[in-house]
Amino acid sequence: MPNFEVGKYAAYIWPAYAITAAVFGFLIVGALMHARRWRKRAEELSRK
Amino acid sequence: MTWAPAFLTNPERFMAFSRWAAPVFGVIAVVLGAIGLWLGWSVPPDYQQGATVRIMFIHVPAAIICEVIYAFLAGASLLALVFRHTLADCAAQAAATLGAGFTFLALVTGAFWGRPMWGAWWVWDARLTSVLVLFLLYVAYLALRASMDDETKAARNAAILAMVGIVVLPVIHYSVTWWNSLHQGSTMLTKGALAPVYAWPLYTMLLAYLAAFGSLWLVRIRGEVWRRRAEAAALRAARA
Repeated sequence: MPNFEVGKYAAYIWPAYAITAAVFGFLIVGALMHARRWRKRAEELSRK
Repeated sequence: MTWAPAFLTNPERFMAFSRWAAPVFGVIAVVLGAIGLWLGWSVPPDYQQGATVRIMFIHVPAAIICEVIYAFLAGASLLALVFRHTLADCAAQAAATLGAGFTFLALVTGAFWGRPMWGAWWVWDARLTSVLVLFLLYVAYLALRASMDDETKAARNAAILAMVGIVVLPVIHYSVTWWNSLHQGSTMLTKGALAPVYAWPLYTMLLAYLAAFGSLWLVRIRGEVWRRRAEAAALRAARA
């Protein structure tokens, strides 16, 4: 079973995981928004 | 013609493949990531590192994958430069953004491990410095592409930079043996260096990172293909 007790190292472990989650979030949202934005734009222009 | 260039010359085939492959890789990444995190938080603290061993499960995969991405970036740049494949150029551009993100993660999570273990956030150690150079190469690649109005010229110059920069990969890998480094030697490639109890979560997280990169790379390439199609359509509309 997972043990989330990290004692005196909490100040290092939790920020490391939080930054990892934030960077993953940034990369995922960035990639999806980039693809969606240009797909819409390409479809709009091809209809004209 | 080999399979890879043939595949890269056909954007339609790539778009059809990536349409289902990107979400499949994404699901694999989420499942493996969940298993890896579960295993990583279930192992006992290390007898030397204590609970900070849990940082290893997010740091080591990021450190490995940022080198793998650079190899893809240089390979795609070579194909774009030699064969003038547009899709290879899209792949290189897409890899650079992701590579910068993963290298940033490797540096930051390493600092959070280094502070309690070495007593310093940063040391000008050969391994750390060479990974910083890798990060700067990614940033330089992206900056070079963004700095020129002529996209073809920017792509060519950035491709040359990417190929020249590949010399940093063996330097990173052998930095712990060529120099007296504070950073520990290769754990994953040395038999017996890693206890099996830590190996399972580490390898699972590495596979999760690889799958996540695969998914994000495909999505970013798709976005780049759409962008170029939109710009070509806008140009045609302006000329009409």
